[in-house]
Order: sequence, then structure tokens, then C-alpha cells
Amino acid sequence: MKLNPTKRLAVGLLAAALPLSLAACAKGGSSSAGGAGGELTMWTHNAGNKDELASITQIVNDYNKSQTKYKVKIQAFPQDSYNQSVVAAAASKKLPCILDIDGPNVPNWAWAGYLAPLEGMDATLSKFLPSVIGKYNGKTYSFGYYDVALVNVTRKSTLDKYGIRVPTIDQPWTKDEFTAALKKIKASGAFQNPLDIATSFTGEWWPYAYSPMLQSFGGDLINRTDYKSADGALNSDKAVEWAKWFRSLVTDGLAPLKSGADPAKDFVNGKTAILYNGTWTATDTRKAFGKDTLFLPPADLGNGPKIGGGSWQWGVSTNCADPKGAMDYMKFAAQDKYVASVSSATKNIPATDAAATQVPGYGPGGDNQVFRDYAKKYAVLRPITPGYPFIATEFTKTAQDILNGADPKGALDQAVKDIDANQKSNGYFK
Amino acid sequence: MILPAAVLLITFLLIPIGLTLGLAFTDARLISPRPAQFIGVDNFTRLFSDDTFWKSLRNTVLFAIVIVPVQSACALGLALLVNVKMRGVNFFRTIYFLPVVTSMVVVSMLWLFLYQKNGLINQVLAKGGITGPDWLGDPHTALIAIILMSAWQAMGFHMVIWLSGLQTISGDLYEAASLDGASQWQQFRYVTWPGLRQTRTFILITITIAAFSLFTQVNIMTQGGPLDSTSTVVLMAVRTGFQQQQTGYASAISLVFFVLVLIVTIIQRYYTREKA
Repeated sequence: MKLNPTKRLAVGLLAAALPLSLAACAKGGSSSAGGAGGELTMWTHNAGNKDELASITQIVNDYNKSQTKYKVKIQAFPQDSYNQSVVAAAASKKLPCILDIDGPNVPNWAWAGYLAPLEGMDATLSKFLPSVIGKYNGKTYSFGYYDVALVNVTRKSTLDKYGIRVPTIDQPWTKDEFTAALKKIKASGAFQNPLDIATSFTGEWWPYAYSPMLQSFGGDLINRTDYKSADGALNSDKAVEWAKWFRSLVTDGLAPLKSGADPAKDFVNGKTAILYNGTWTATDTRKAFGKDTLFLPPADLGNGPKIGGGSWQWGVSTNCADPKGAMDYMKFAAQDKYVASVSSATKNIPATDAAATQVPGYGPGGDNQVFRDYAKKYAVLRPITPGYPFIATEFTKTAQDILNGADPKGALDQAVKDIDANQKSNGYFK
Repeated sequence: MILPAAVLLITFLLIPIGLTLGLAFTDARLISPRPAQFIGVDNFTRLFSDDTFWKSLRNTVLFAIVIVPVQSACALGLALLVNVKMRGVNFFRTIYFLPVVTSMVVVSMLWLFLYQKNGLINQVLAKGGITGPDWLGDPHTALIAIILMSAWQAMGFHMVIWLSGLQTISGDLYEAASLDGASQWQQFRYVTWPGLRQTRTFILITITIAAFSLFTQVNIMTQGGPLDSTSTVVLMAVRTGFQQQQTGYASAISLVFFVLVLIVTIIQRYYTREKA
């Protein structure tokens, strides 16, 4: 068995060149991008989400039947690898005509020149919730069919049993009230987890779900006046206070360090007393507990309750060979009936008032109306800066470290240092 | 004759290496309308002052130091076990080789469940009265958990290599040794071990290189956490290059990694060279 030294090295070299070779693979993988011959390619992150994909497919089928000039073709990706696929495709100019984008990434892709502004849709889009519109530098690049609200899901019988006040949108729990309630539930020993904040979710969930807690304390991911530095926002005293509180959830035994694979199931099975989650859990939890289910506003941790705004949105790429066709589709797809069908398929908040009346529970006085109220009152958009994807990964890592016991001030300072270095090395995205 | 190989080597080896070398000194980004600029050794100064990098490097080296002897010794043990003339020996060879043909992604998902706090491993430990740790959630046990699982997965492959080495040793030698009254251990020490010289070198180098490029398991099981206790150099390069879109910085990490593997390989090559 003789191998010459260069071949032995080859293995190591290949590993070293991994990022580049991966990019090369992605380049070769997408042959049918663009939009030649009236065919418009569309990418979506919905491969693993049957209901949402079905509702999008329905829109596309309707559109393809409604005219003969263009034909939209869907390609669905699993959510976990979607962003990377798009970025790799963008780097090699193989983007599809129409694609969906996670809301906070819109400024990044718009700044990079991968998204074309949506034109002639202002009148239509003015009826949408502001949090579902992707804007950057005064131009609109994307719109979404739905928004999501973060809620504390629990049962009225649980709160009554332990003598805990049911909070309302006008009078949410204060931080002390929230902690006291959790401690009371813990003392009873009736639940494995008094609170479950779904730490088993990965990716964008971390900044989406936990940066509102930071903002509720009075910190933020970055200074929003000029979006230049995170210094004084992400490492302020308030932010350190948040970090200590966040860690104390675990050390005081109020929330598990790592949630189960399906936190909603743990709640339904009675393992969890209060579940922090998105509105998408409403259907299943209601099915389990009926009228006993409560969807409470997040606690006011000092600076008012906050929830993340903005979810998946649709846009048009600059790479499209037939932008007119893409825009035509976007206008067709922005009809109220589609807003209604997609938001009911995803069990989320419909983006327009007209659609809301068609979605069960979101009509006047409907059970789900409360989610729209939360979204309108508490939603904070994630920072509108092209630096967001970096901030998101940095925050995720920092929050994970803090939850695992890293020194709060030190971890936050390090995150600030990294974020500032990235903002600076990009010329502050001017 | 040499043309196809040369084209492949140049496209997939030399050009990427050249690009990495060049990009490491720029601030190139994956997504950006701004052209990349030459920034000298900034990436390297930043890298060497980054705690996560040192932790990743330490983990990578630790992983290699533990896994090279453990995995090769276990594989040799298995190879000796299945290198007997006995009915059904092929059955055992197949069983030991199974984890190798299973995708690392699948194996990682599987072990993710085994390692859970109330997973199979801790259930078994509980039967013996031991309260198992949260293997992947505890900074003290996460790396060792990944090491054990990786050794288990790759062991079968090196068993086959050892086995092929064992079978090149002529039976006459063993016969002669036993005539001279050599014990089992002496036979192993003075016949088997010297006979495996070439195989040893190959196994040492392949395990080391595979160990340094540790990525898949970590990416699936822990994403480098908790508290960077399982972060590795390759994981850091991928995270920086893709999620954080810093192509230049990621290239610098890759370059450092390349030099590291190069040095280790040269050292190993030197010590295992054929002494003329």
C-alpha cells in the first residue's frame, strides 16, 4: 500500500478548500435559473411544510391557468439549507426569478443587489401590515402573506389552580409577576418544566424569539439611530440584566436548558405549564384543551412586552430574464384571497384586513383576533441593516453561550466587538 | 493519459488553494456590492486574537490526539478478532463494517437520540445505578461523546485496512515462530507488529487527516456548543464563510488549517519514513 505524498495531502487540501468547493457544487447544481422562454422559476423554503407548499402551489396553478404568456415553475427547498442555497446561487448569478426570503434578510440581499424593487404595487401593499413589507432605503422589495406573534401558551385551569392572575394586552405580567408565577408552578412539582422557551429550535428562531426579550429589558441588537455600532445596546447594563435573567431561567430550574424535539407536544402532554411559542401552535393546543387554552402576551420585562415582527416574504431577483413576468405574477399573487389561503394554511396572522375576515378566527371578535392585536401593539422588526445576517448568527451563539453559563458581560462584549468589526469592514453598508 | 487527472487536480485542488491563499488577505464577502480589498494580514491578526479560534484549535487537536490511538487500537483489535479461520467470520466482518457504510449524517442523528438526557445510554447507566450526564449539553462531556461516537463509526474502515495488512503476513513466519516456542504475545510483538509497518503508516496518516477535518458530527449534534466545547476549525471556517458571509476571513481560517495539516503530515512522514 504505497501512496505518494501529494495524494495524502490531497485529502487535507480538499478539506481546507471546503468553502470554495461547496460554492462550486452549488454553482453546478442549479441549471434552470433565470426566466427564459416565458418560464419563471420560483424558489421556496417550504419543502418540509406540506400545507404552506400546497397553498403556494395553488396560487401558481391559478396563475398559470389565468394567462398563457408565462409559466411559473416551483422548486421547493428544505428550510434548513434554503438561505445557504440562495446565497450560493446569488454568488454565481443563478438566482431564480421569484423567491421567498426570511424578512430580516431582505436588507442584506437588497443591498447586495440581488433583489429588484417591487414596482407599481404601492396601492396594493398599503393594505398589508407594515411588518410584512420588506423595505430598504425607501424602496419596497418584498411582501409576505402573514405575520407571526409570539405568545405564552398556557391553560386557564393551571393559572387558576396556583392563584396566578391572567394577564391582558393592557396589563401584561411584569417581570416579577412572571418570575413569581413560574416559581409557584415549580414549587408545586406538577410540571417537569414550568416554562419552555423552545431552545431546541435552531437558526433564525434564536434572534426571532429571544431578542424581543432583550428589547423588553431595554437592550437591543444594535443602535438603531444609525445602525453603525452595537456598543451600548447589546452590551448595555440592561442587556447584561437580560442575560442574567435569561440564564437564571435555567439555573433556577424554571425552563429546561434544552427543550424536547417538539415543545408543543410536551405542552399538550402536560410536561410544560407555560409554552413560549409562535401563533402556529394555536390550532394544536386548542384542539387539546379547547376553551381552557390561553394565549397570553409576553411579559413586560421593563420596557413593555415585545415580539418579533416579519416572517417569510416574497420578492423578485435582479437575475430574472423576464422581470415583467415576475412582477405580473407578484401582482396576481398579492390578492386578498391568497393572503387568506396561505395564512390559514400556515395558521398565522393574515397580512390584510380583507383577508382576515376570510380566515377562521381572525374575523371581528374571532378567537385569533388577539394575535393580530399583539402583532400590532408589540411587534419590533429585527434591525433593518444589511449587517443583519451576521448579527443574527452572533446573537444566536452569544445567547446559547449565556444560557450555558458564559459570563454575561464578557459574552455580550465579545458579540459587540464582532458585530462592530463586521459593520466596519463593510463600510457600514453605505 | 495524465490529462484528465491533471485537469481535475487543477480545477478542484490547485485553483481553490490558490484562491484561498489570495482571498485570505482580502476582505472579500460572499454577498456584497463592494469589491474585495487587499487588507494585508488583518484577517490573521483578528483570527489569532479570537478566543473561539483557540478553543476550536484546542478541540481539534484534542480530538486528533485521542482518536488516533483509540480508533486505530480498537480497529486493530477487531481485525485480529476477525482474522481467524472460523465459520461465520464474514458475518462479524460485515457487522463491524456496517457503521462505515452508513452516512455520517444518519449516524449523528441516531447518536443524538442515544445521548439525550433520558436517552438509551443514560437509561442503561441508570440500571447500574449511575446518573448519566446530559452528554451533548454539558461542556465537560460533549467533546468526549463526539469522540466515542466518531471512533465507533470509522473503526470498521480501519479494521478492513488492518485486516488486509494482517493477511499479507506469511503463515510460514507464524509457523516458524511457534516451532521456536514463541508465545501468542511474542508472535504478535515480533511477527505481526513489524509486518504491519506499511499499514500502520497509512492508518496513522488517514486517521489524523480525517480527525483534523472533523465537521459533520459537530455540525449536526452540537453546532460547536455548549460554550465552544465542540467547536472545530473546519466548523468555524464554514460558519464564518457561509452563515456570516465573510469569505476573506474564512479563507484565512482555511489557510491556517491547511498549514496545520501540512505540518502534521510532514512530521508524520518524517517519523514513519523508510530508513535506508
